This record gives sequence, C-alpha cells and structure tokens, in this order.
Amino acid sequence: MFLGLDYNTWWFLVFGAVISGYAILDGFDLGAGALHLFLKKEESRRIALNAIGPVWDGNEVWLVIAGGALFAGFPIAYAAVFSAFYLPVMVFLIGLIWRAVAIEFRSKEPGKLWRLTWDIVYTFACVVVTFSLGLMLGNVALGIPLNEEKEFSGSMLSFFNLFSILVGITTLALFMMHGAIYLAMKTENRLYVKLTVLAKNFTIFFVVAFSLTTLYTLLYIPHLSDKIRSNPQYFIFPVIMILAIASIPRQLKRGNYRLAFLFSSLTIASLLIAVAVEVFPYLLYASNNPANSITIDNAASSAKTMKTLLIIAMIGTPLVATYTAFVFWTFKGKVKLDEMSY
Amino acid sequence: MDVEILSRIQFAFTIAFHYIYPPLSIGLGLVLVIMEGLYLKTGLKIYEDMTRFWIRIFALIFGLGVATGIIMEFEFGTNWATYSKYVGDIFGSALAAEGIFAFALESGFLGILLFGWNRVSSKVHFLSTIMVFLGSMFSAVWIVVANSWQQTPAGYHIVGEGLQARAEITDFWEMVFNPSSMERLSHVWIGAFLAGAFLVLSVHAYYIRKGKHLAIAKPGFKIALAVATIFSLAQLFTGHKSADGVAKNQPAKLAALEGHYDSSAVADMYLMGWVNNKTQTTTGIKIPGGLSFLLHQDFKTPVTGLNAFKPEDRPGQVNAVFQFYHIMVAIGMLLIALTLYASLLWWRGKLFENNWLMGVFVWAVLLPQIANQAGWFAAEMGRQPWVVYNLLRTSDALSKAVKAEQVLVSLILFTLVYSILLVLFLYLLNKKIKHGPELTAPNEEKEIEAKSIRENPIMN
Ligand code: HDD
Ligand code: HEM
Ligand code: HEM
Repeated sequence: MFLGLDYNTWWFLVFGAVISGYAILDGFDLGAGALHLFLKKEESRRIALNAIGPVWDGNEVWLVIAGGALFAGFPIAYAAVFSAFYLPVMVFLIGLIWRAVAIEFRSKEPGKLWRLTWDIVYTFACVVVTFSLGLMLGNVALGIPLNEEKEFSGSMLSFFNLFSILVGITTLALFMMHGAIYLAMKTENRLYVKLTVLAKNFTIFFVVAFSLTTLYTLLYIPHLSDKIRSNPQYFIFPVIMILAIASIPRQLKRGNYRLAFLFSSLTIASLLIAVAVEVFPYLLYASNNPANSITIDNAASSAKTMKTLLIIAMIGTPLVATYTAFVFWTFKGKVKLDEMSY
Repeated sequence: MDVEILSRIQFAFTIAFHYIYPPLSIGLGLVLVIMEGLYLKTGLKIYEDMTRFWIRIFALIFGLGVATGIIMEFEFGTNWATYSKYVGDIFGSALAAEGIFAFALESGFLGILLFGWNRVSSKVHFLSTIMVFLGSMFSAVWIVVANSWQQTPAGYHIVGEGLQARAEITDFWEMVFNPSSMERLSHVWIGAFLAGAFLVLSVHAYYIRKGKHLAIAKPGFKIALAVATIFSLAQLFTGHKSADGVAKNQPAKLAALEGHYDSSAVADMYLMGWVNNKTQTTTGIKIPGGLSFLLHQDFKTPVTGLNAFKPEDRPGQVNAVFQFYHIMVAIGMLLIALTLYASLLWWRGKLFENNWLMGVFVWAVLLPQIANQAGWFAAEMGRQPWVVYNLLRTSDALSKAVKAEQVLVSLILFTLVYSILLVLFLYLLNKKIKHGPELTAPNEEKEIEAKSIRENPIMN
C-alpha cells in the first residue's frame, strides 16, 4: 500500500499514464505522417518532416517504456496480449519500422521518384500503425476469448469486428486531427493556411467517427458504459472529454493552435481514461468465461518487484520530463530548414 | 517445421540483425565524443568537419538500430509467452529501466545531436553527444543484465509449480550483479567500441588510399586507431574473464565451446577444429591440455566434459558452438596483431606509407562485426536446451496461442523487410562515404602539422 492505493493499482495508473503519453506524443507524429500526402509541394513535405524530426524518436520511446512497464508489472498480461494479437502486432511493428526508415531515408537522395516512393511508404506506414493500434484497443475493450491458462483461444479473424474497426478509424481520425494541429503550430505562411484547413476537416472527420463509435457502443455493447452509468461521479470523464472535443473547433477558429493542441491532447487522454475506467480492474477481459479474465491482481509481479518498479518510475519520470522539456524547448517555434535538416 | 524451431530462427534472425547497428552506434558514439571533445579543446575546424561527417553516418545507423529494436521489445511476448510469464518479475524491471533510463536519454538528446548544431552552443551540443553516448551504453547495461540473469540466475526464488511456476525477485541488486553480468557487460561494451572504431578506420583508410580528404582522413584514422588498439588488448582480458565465468557457472557450455566430451580426460585447447557430435570426437590443431592449464594452471587436471550431462541437458549443436567461439577468438587475436602492428608504424612515423595496410583496414570493418555475432551465437546456442539456465527449457518457453503458420508468415515478412533494409542501408552508407566530409578548412593541414607536435599527441 502506498498513499491508500495498493501497488497493483498504482502500477495500473503508471501504465495508463505512459500509454496516454505515448498516444499524445507519438499521436501527432503518426497523424502528421498519415496526412503527409495531402501536402503537395516538396518544400511543404520537408518542413512537415522537420517539424517532427528532432522529437519523433523520443516520442516513440514512450511505446518502449509502455512495453517494458507492462512486461515488468503485469507479465501475464504482456504474454497474453502480444501472443493473442500475434499478427496485428507484427503488422504494427513492421509499420513502425517503415515509418522510421522512411523518415531517415527520404532525404538521402534528391531524385523525385525516390522521394515520392518514401512519401508513400511513410504515409501508408503511419496509417497502418495507427489503425492497428486502434483495432487492438477496440478488442482489448471488448475482451477476447481466453482459456484457463490465460492464453488466447479464439481466431484471429474475430479481431475484425465492427466495433474494433470503428475504433481503428476513430483513432486514425483523432491522430490526423492532432497531427494537423501540431503542424499548424510549427509552420507559417501558405503551408500554415493549408494546414488550418486540413485541421478543420480532420476535426469534422473525427467528430463523425467518434459519434458513430459512441452510438454503436451505447446500443450494442452496453457493458462498456456500465460503470459510468452506475457511478454518477464518473460522469466527469465523458463531460471533460466532450468539453475538450468541443473546444477544439473554437480554438481553431480563433487561430489559437497551442490551445487547440492542448485540447486535442486532452481529448486523447480523456478517451483513454474512459476506457481505463470501464475495464478496471481487468487488463484483458475473457469474453468466453469471465473467470479466465486477466486482472491487475492475478497478472501482477511480486510485491517486491512492484515496489522496485515504483521507485524506478519515481526516479525516472522527473528525469525524462526534464530532458523531454529541454528538447522541445530547444526546437520551439516555427520550423526553419538548414543544412542539417532532412 | 514446428513452432519452436521457427520461433528460434525468428528470434535469432531479428536479434542478430538488430545487433549489427547498436554496437556501431555505441562505438561511434565514443569516437564522436573524442572528436568533438578535440574540437572544443583545440578549436580546429577539421575536427568540426570530422564530427559533422560522422554525425550524419551516425544518424543513419541509429535509425536502423531503433527501427529493428522495437521488434525485440515485443517479441518476448509474441513468441515466448511462457518465458515472459516465467521471467517477467525479474526481466521486466530491467527492460522498463532500459526504456526509462537509457532510451529516453538517448533519443531525447539525439534530436539535439542531429539537428541542434545551429541552435545550441557548442558546449550544449557536446553535452548532448555525451548524453547520447551514455544512453547507448546504458541500454547495453540493462539488456545484458537481463540476458546474463537467464544465463546465470541469481537473487530469485521459484513460486508455483510446473508450467505455472515463475521466478520472483528476492534481491534486486543480487539479480543485477548476477555471476556473469559484469564480465559479459564489459565484453559487450568493448566489442561495441571495436565495431565503431573499425568503421571509422575503414572509411578513413579508404580516403587515404584514394588520396582524398586527407586533412580529415589522417587525424581521424589516428583517433580511431588509438581506440582500436587499447580495446583490442582489453578485449582479451574481458574474454578471458568470461571464459573463466563460463567454466564456473555453465560447465556444459564450456565443454561445448572446446568440443570436450570425456570428463575423466585432460581438456585440450583448439586453434581450429571440427566436432563430430555422433562419435563425440574433436579433431584439429590443438594445444594438448591447454584448457586444463587455463582453468587449473596445470596441464594434467581433467575438466568436466559433455558426457557428464544427460543428453537432454546439453547443447545440441556442439560443432556450431565450437566454430562460433573459435571464429571469435581467432578474430580477437587478429585484431590485436593488426592494431599493434599499425601502432608500431605510427610510432615510427610510417603509418600512412603502407598502401596495402590501408587496404587491410578498409576490409577489417567486417571483423568485429563477425566476432560480435559469433560471440552471441556461441553464448546463446551454448546455453541450450535451456532458456533460463537449468530452470526453464526452450521447448517449454513458447507461446501456446501462436501457430506455426503465423510464425512462418512473420518470419517471411521479416526476411523480406530486413533484406530490403540491409540493401538500402549499405547503398546509402556507401553513398555517404563516397560523398565524403564537407571541408570548411582546406588549409589547416599544415598548421596542424606544426602545432600538433607540441600540443596534440594524437597527431604525431
Ligand atoms: C535479454 C535477453 C536477450 C538478449 C539481450 C539477447 N538474447 Fe539471444 N535469446 C534470448 C534472449 C536474449 C532468448 C529469448 O532467451 C532466446 C530465444 C530462444 C532461446 O532459446 O533463447 C534467445 C536465443 C538466441 C539465439 C538462438 C539460439 C538457439 O535457438 O539455438 C541466438 C542465435 C541469439 N539469441 C542471438 C543473440 C544475439 C546476436 C544477441 C545480441 C544482441 C542476443 N541474442 C541477445
Ligand atoms: C532482445 C534484446 C533487445 C531488446 C528487447 C532491445 C530493444 C531495443 C529497442 C526497443 C530499441 C529502440 C529504442 C528507441 O526507440 O530509441 C533499441 C535500440 C537500441 N538497442 Fe536494443 N534491444 C535488444 C538488444 C540489444 C543489445 C544486446 C544491445 C547492445 C549491446 C542493444 C543496444 C541498443 C542501442 C544502443 C539502441 C539505440 C539504437 C542504436 O544505437 O542503433 N540492444 N533496442
Ligand atoms: C580475444 C579473445 C576472446 C575471448 C577469449 C573471448 C571469450 C568469450 C567467451 C568465453 C564468451 C561466452 C560468454 C558467455 O557465454 O557467457 C564470449 C562471448 C562474446 N564475445 Fe568474446 N572473446 C574474445 C574476443 C572477442 C572479440 C574480439 C569480440 C568482438 C569484437 C567478442 C565479442 C563477444 C560477444 C558480443 C559475446 C556475447 C556476449 C557475451 O556472452 O558476453 N569477443 N567471448
């Protein structure tokens, strides 16, 4: 126990925070990548790449930390989730590979065809990564069949259910909106104008996709809103979420992209919090037999390890926060191309 | 082929491919710190040009290291679910620490290293270079600690039974400082320094042969040669420590490394040879009783052989383990000879007169790479049939939810993707090397020659 919560709950919170950090930070990189082909001019594409250039790798590290955090704190969940989603995970990872190398390779040759090829690879990789992330999130929220050994016992095809596909599309829309807002913040002149238009369109795309998903959830998957409906105090989460989403178009209209970015980050966080509130204390719900579910208690590492992990997190978080802030601060302001740029 | 063998091939393939890049990054990181440090200290433009040139190559290598590393992070869960449950309590903390302490440091400051040249002061830039280098050193720490724990488990107890059993930490620091972690870490670090130093040597030797970019090529070559010489020698010590450790902690592996079967017999040491696992004989050029002498300082003492272990408890691929080990050791000796010879010429002031020596250095870049891979293959194949030594068998460690077809599909995907990556990597690397550094200080060479004799020992 620490400050009234047990270690497992603490680690669930830490894990949730890391996942949210990843979604917010790499979310704008992936979104910027997914809309890359909407930018037509070579210079615009270069500016967009350099807007994320110094930070995307650091952002991706949050995924590595999340993987390590799950492995360390809830090894049984780590084992079950990644072996269950074997092929989607492989597609996701291979997508990440291509994203990384496309960014790195594109600028290394001046040829038109070379650059176009990498632009396409880049956009496609970001779309695939984002969609598969959403697809897996959807399935985790729904629950999957697990046997007594807590290993997946269903068919991979079942991952392509309507709900999860909707979540996948919503995630894509969310990240594209988030990415466009980020890029608008980092650009000027005509590219900036173009991005403000894109940001508005993706916001509409997101609101539509999000409404459809919500409607579908309320109608067909009532258990995913049980907890919020039966605990009025939890209504605060959907309220924050709706307010954050509603503020985005307002700030876009005012041209205040920093605030808009803050609100789209808040949207991402509150969506994940809503999912976390609904699934807690399950990490992976067994849809065939709830008794086989993986919870934060039956998946956790020993109390000693949990304590060690919390210490590691308490030392590590301020460090990471400090140099992340330092890096963002160094590259603050509008992107300018120079001889070290992509 | 069954899931087990496919998963093993996939793991070996993906980690071996990953392991092409991190050693280069770590080693190049060290060389960059030296180059940029010299720039700050002397203010000479050639060091700046040199640093900038190698930063560009560093970016390319680092990019591939990151891209291939992400796979590794999740492959324990995808293919080795039972193993993940078994070691999660222990291994997970190391992996989490790696993310927080190492990768975040490394990739955070990487942005400044690559793009910050005109944005921050040269001191802050130098600091970033150091941070990136330290970050890459740390990432080796945690992952090697984790791997060493599964070679020589310590600081744990087993909870539960059968396939539900798992290891839980009883003492964090005992886990971190398990019997093999420190000697293996130093061996891995130095292997990485050698990989980086020899890359620099190769490229600079190429320029020297072509007579291009000499103002940069020559001093750069000397910096890397100093690093390579020191660490080639040091590697012999850490390697010897590792072998001692293996003898103590993993006798079956040691026996496999030297192809030694008969426990009642004196153990020989081979320079090269061939192991026949069926007839249990090893033939080759050997120092009779050599291994006995190394272990017991006596040519006559018998050493535990593979026969002392049940067939199901000893490595299956003895000849492969033997060959990988001997390739590594042979390369280690070769590197010592090569760097000492070059240093001797340097001392006599004749280093660059020898065109064929430069030719040798152009190709020598492959040697540490091969030794690094061979070393890991020997260490990991020699650990079989255990995933966690004497505790968990590889065949029990698999993901039960994953089918052979799925692994086959992913393995084919990885083979395709990685082949394309390797080709593109070599193409771009070659292009960057051909393009060469951009000189902003063409006339400095003479100045340096004069100045160096007084102030700068590296230049002589
Ligand atoms: C912390 C864990 C860890 C680390 C740092 C490494 N490995 Fe490993 N390795 C494993 C954890 C592991 C494992 C998960 O435990 C495997 C999978 C199957 C097995 O038996 O052990 C394995 C197997 C394995 C095999 C297959 C052996 C066999 O099946 O016969 C090879 C060739 C390598 N590894 C090579 C490497 C290389 C080149 C590494 C350098 C980067 C490396 N390993 C680092
Ligand atoms: C199975 C074991 C391994 C795992 C799970 C693993 C995981 C990873 C991950 C996730 C990354 C990308 C981090 C980022 O996004 O910045 C990475 C990169 C890196 N890894 Fe590994 N790795 C393994 C083995 C090793 C070994 C044995 C070493 C060194 C001795 C090493 C050193 C590095 C370094 C230095 C990087 C930074 C990229 C580079 O320098 O090329 N890794 N690794
Ligand atoms: C000079 C003579 C050398 C000796 C006697 C030696 C000895 C050893 C031994 C006994 C192991 C197995 C350790 C274990 O299984 O725990 C090992 C592993 C290894 N060696 Fe060497 N080595 C030598 C040279 C080199 C060189 C030159 C390199 C690379 C440039 C290298 C790279 C490695 C690597 C990467 C491993 C795997 C990691 C490990 O297990 O430590 N070695 N070496």
